[in-house]
Amino acid sequence: MLRIENLSAWYGEAQVLRDVSLEVAAGEVVTLVGRNGAGKSTLLRCVMGLHSGQRGTVELDGRDVGKLPAHRRARLGLGWVPDDRGSYATLTVTENLTLPPRVGPDPWSLERVYEAFPALYTRRDSAATMLSGGEQQMLALARVLRMGARLLLCDEPTEGLSPLLVQQVGDLLREAKRHGVTVLLVEQNLHFATGVADRHYLLAEGRVAEAMDNSEVRSRERELLAYLGI
Amino acid sequence: MSGFAQNTFNGLVSGAFYALLALGLAVIFGMLRVVNFAHGAFYMLGAFGAYVLLTEAGVPFWAALVIMPVGLGLLGMALERAVIHRLTRLDPLYNFLLTFGLTLILQDLVKLRYGVQSSPYATPSLLSGTVNFGLFDFPTYRVFILGFAVLLCVAVWWVLTRTRIGMVVRAATERPDLTRAFGIDVGRWVTPVFGFGIGLAGLAGVLAAPMRAVNPLMGADLIIVVFAVVVIGGLGSIFGSVAAGFGIGLVQAWGEAYLSNFPIVSQTIVFIVMAVVLLWRPAGLFGREEAPA
Repeated sequence: MLRIENLSAWYGEAQVLRDVSLEVAAGEVVTLVGRNGAGKSTLLRCVMGLHSGQRGTVELDGRDVGKLPAHRRARLGLGWVPDDRGSYATLTVTENLTLPPRVGPDPWSLERVYEAFPALYTRRDSAATMLSGGEQQMLALARVLRMGARLLLCDEPTEGLSPLLVQQVGDLLREAKRHGVTVLLVEQNLHFATGVADRHYLLAEGRVAEAMDNSEVRSRERELLAYLGI
Repeated sequence: MSGFAQNTFNGLVSGAFYALLALGLAVIFGMLRVVNFAHGAFYMLGAFGAYVLLTEAGVPFWAALVIMPVGLGLLGMALERAVIHRLTRLDPLYNFLLTFGLTLILQDLVKLRYGVQSSPYATPSLLSGTVNFGLFDFPTYRVFILGFAVLLCVAVWWVLTRTRIGMVVRAATERPDLTRAFGIDVGRWVTPVFGFGIGLAGLAGVLAAPMRAVNPLMGADLIIVVFAVVVIGGLGSIFGSVAAGFGIGLVQAWGEAYLSNFPIVSQTIVFIVMAVVLLWRPAGLFGREEAPA
């Protein structure tokens, strides 16, 4: 579904991605792990079309989308779940959910979102930034599901959440996967990552250092945690 | 008591002009991140256009009230496409140079043809005379301006808060990049929003023609206060710009009436208020600190 080849990216003079190549098949959940500054978020931004200094190939369903602006990529089925949760202070919860157009074959209805997240329903007319951090994370995920996105780009969706909410995020991603949604996930929580994902890429200094499956991550958990500095 | 009511009323009328101009500046800044220093020039063009239409083509006030905002809005859209959109990638200094340069060009073009003296514009006959509200007689035309401006602000507010277009504009104003990532072509809305802001300035100009002196510098005098209004309300805040517009109109009118023994204070009261507000809330009364991209 997603193919990245020889992707390099810069912030001004500083190169943050160096010839990254990776693939995500339809229906897969794949994580990017790595230290802070390894280039994980930049990689997601490049896929979404939000980073300007880049070179290389980004293909979606075999189509080169590297030159397309972000809004066109979104309409091809990319769902953006940013690390700051992307809540709009000037939009209500309902407006935050209904802002993106429906793009995929299987979008959630607003009713289904509110059934799954009663907390969002009770706060539906409040400004989204008045929600708790956990609720805002659910809002960010619910938004791309309502959109019907086929490939979710999630930047650390569990960061700063309580264990209960982390589990909820996991349930949600597993349910999305059951419905054929593909996920590319930046994640530091290895336990969470092995619980939801099929495969993992370790990014180090802007390169793909290793590709691992779940069993490999579990068996090397201690070594990896030490490497990640967690 | 009737003196106070009169001062308050007059303050609200000047506030209506500030609100209309600041509202346009706010939507433009929100959507384009461009501070339009040429806004006062478009206000002047609105008034001058109405004057020229009347004296040279016999076009009445009511027609000018439609023709000038629409025409200037289209001119604004053309300018946005031609030059303003190039500012997004440049240092903010170019923003100032371009829009201030436009102001000087527009002012001088008008001066070249009509000179610097003020021209009178007759109040439309339907709105001449006064209305009595019990306390004293209010000029009908000023009552009309106030009502019209309030209605317009409410209409804009309604569109922004109750329609899908408004939702998109709010989202794009708050976080342009994020909004693109949600499949919305933010760029498509930029030109119409700029044109709309300019149209509002033109409309304020037409409204001003019968009660203020029509001359090439009328916008330059007003716009300084309008910028203070925008800063007080919070740069980019739509509600803030309107509230601060009316608020500053009141403060100015009351200052002139009750602090006339202290001319230094009454003449600078707007800027005193601005300084105090900024010390207390650096982003303005209703502004938010810039969110990270």
